Amino acid sequence: MRLGIGSFELDVDLKVEPGEVVAVLGPNGAGKTSILRGLAGLLPLDVGRVALDGVVLEEPVASVFVPSERRPIGMVFQDYLLFPHLTVVDNIAFGLRSRGTPRPAATTTARQWLERVGLAAEAERKPGSLSGGQAQRVALARALATNPALLLLDEPMAALDASTRVELRRDLRRHLESFRGVRLLVTHDPVEAMAMADRLVILEHGRVLQSGTPAEVTQRPRSRYVADLVGVNLFRGRASSNVITIAGGGSLMATGASDGEVFAVVHPRTVALYRTRPDGTPRNVWEGRAVDLDFEGDRVRVRLEGTPAIVAEVTPAAVRELSLDRGDPVWVAVKATEINVYPA
Amino acid sequence: MALPAHKAAGVRPAAPVALLVLAGIGAAFFLIPLIGLVLRTPWTAIWDQLRSPEVLTALRLSLLASLSATAIALVVGVPLAWTLARLTFPGRAVLRAVTVLPMVLPPVVGGVALLLAFGRRGLLGGWLATTFGVHLPFTTAGAILAETFVAMPFLVITVEAGLRSMDSRFEDAARTLGASRWTVLWRVTLPLVRPSLVAGAVLCWARALGEFGATITFAGNFPGRTQTMPLAVYLALETNPDAAIVLSLVLLAVSLAVLIGLRDRWLGSS
Repeated sequence: MRLGIGSFELDVDLKVEPGEVVAVLGPNGAGKTSILRGLAGLLPLDVGRVALDGVVLEEPVASVFVPSERRPIGMVFQDYLLFPHLTVVDNIAFGLRSRGTPRPAATTTARQWLERVGLAAEAERKPGSLSGGQAQRVALARALATNPALLLLDEPMAALDASTRVELRRDLRRHLESFRGVRLLVTHDPVEAMAMADRLVILEHGRVLQSGTPAEVTQRPRSRYVADLVGVNLFRGRASSNVITIAGGGSLMATGASDGEVFAVVHPRTVALYRTRPDGTPRNVWEGRAVDLDFEGDRVRVRLEGTPAIVAEVTPAAVRELSLDRGDPVWVAVKATEINVYPA
Repeated sequence: MALPAHKAAGVRPAAPVALLVLAGIGAAFFLIPLIGLVLRTPWTAIWDQLRSPEVLTALRLSLLASLSATAIALVVGVPLAWTLARLTFPGRAVLRAVTVLPMVLPPVVGGVALLLAFGRRGLLGGWLATTFGVHLPFTTAGAILAETFVAMPFLVITVEAGLRSMDSRFEDAARTLGASRWTVLWRVTLPLVRPSLVAGAVLCWARALGEFGATITFAGNFPGRTQTMPLAVYLALETNPDAAIVLSLVLLAVSLAVLIGLRDRWLGSS
């Protein structure tokens, strides 16, 4: 699908298999919500195609546009958007009533849904008096009550307190598993994405940077965004007989690199620091300058300027022994075998 | 709060005496006529006056006309407010200007304009008369029309503001749940702007109830047909001042009730 809203462009090719939970992960402003709105028919596409179970819902070239209200979708909005003037049970029955189910039958189904999400006692309350977690479950029940083929979730945990998030994430995961249709979730929270999804799609500036299982994505990041999320050093460059010339300056020697454009990942734990130039086995040795020391429990992340710039993770004891402080020059060493190289 | 004393005192500036005197004159200017009205009210005869045929007739007609005007304003004014709030089209600014013009237009001019449109030889008046046999000037329908013309803008701008400040994503949510545009409007949009609808309708009704200029110009002053309360007050002032005062008191009471009813909106709590 491709959308254009003012200067913002979105160009995304996304395929979700039945039974799969896919999370679109990206920073704010990457176009995540626009994808959901596009799929829901709330934001018309300029070019592209939206198809669900083989049925085309939207294709501007062919003048196909199925309006939101006739798409078999359910959507959970970021702040849930429960109708404040309706009771909880009427909120859930809303979709069925809108699709022509008579009131008694719609109410019965809505009550069954409330039962399933454990909120039967709250049926007659107004949404304003619910807790965040309860509101989330009502929103989910409302979206699923119409039995949609596609469930869209926009930052489902963002409106919740950090303290209740872990438990509610488990609950949500359980509810999502009981739904058999296609599930697509967008979030800017990597923990949420990895906890909920079978597959991640990384989105930045309206483009898909990477897609794969959480394990694949974290082991082989293809963007600065993912590398920062995972906390590793990512270099991009051109490899030629095991020497990688880095795009931003500097070079690294690595083993097993195939020639051509590559990504190289160096875990901060494998970066060694020395006060004087080391003469040992490491193939990659260069002089840098510590610009930042970040104490995180029993580890210190040292951000280093140099060619290339890199982040090292050492113990507080090591920092003391080196008497390393901000602005100090320091030698950096990385073993060639510790560099993970894969084609770009 | 731990503010230094001189700073806390500095929040309240010393008021210049001249300013307070002028403010007092301004307040008295509003207050004295009201006191006059209350003092001159023939309290002992008020019940008899209220039951006198001329007061009752005017009262009944006023209620009928102002409520009808409010109903018409709801039926066509809410869609107009929705159009102004939700659609972008060339000429929207002009349409909004035309819609609110009657708020600043001298009502007499409105009456003249209505005559030129719906009068016997008006733009539509002749056609209405020959095609449907409908004559609007100098009829109760004409009085209702005049009141609608003057009062509807209050409803339109209030509801438009309500629609603009409403979170339209609730409408998106309703559509993803399968609600048609009409269902969204009836079950989501209008309930969510209910406070604006109520306030707009009350303002509109109060304005219609007090309408004088456009009504007397377009509909004339026929007791039982077009003589609403304000017209009756004006006329009775010469023949039966007590009736005029009682009618005025009724209108004042209505205004006060509206003000109290909308106090959260207008007067604020601070």
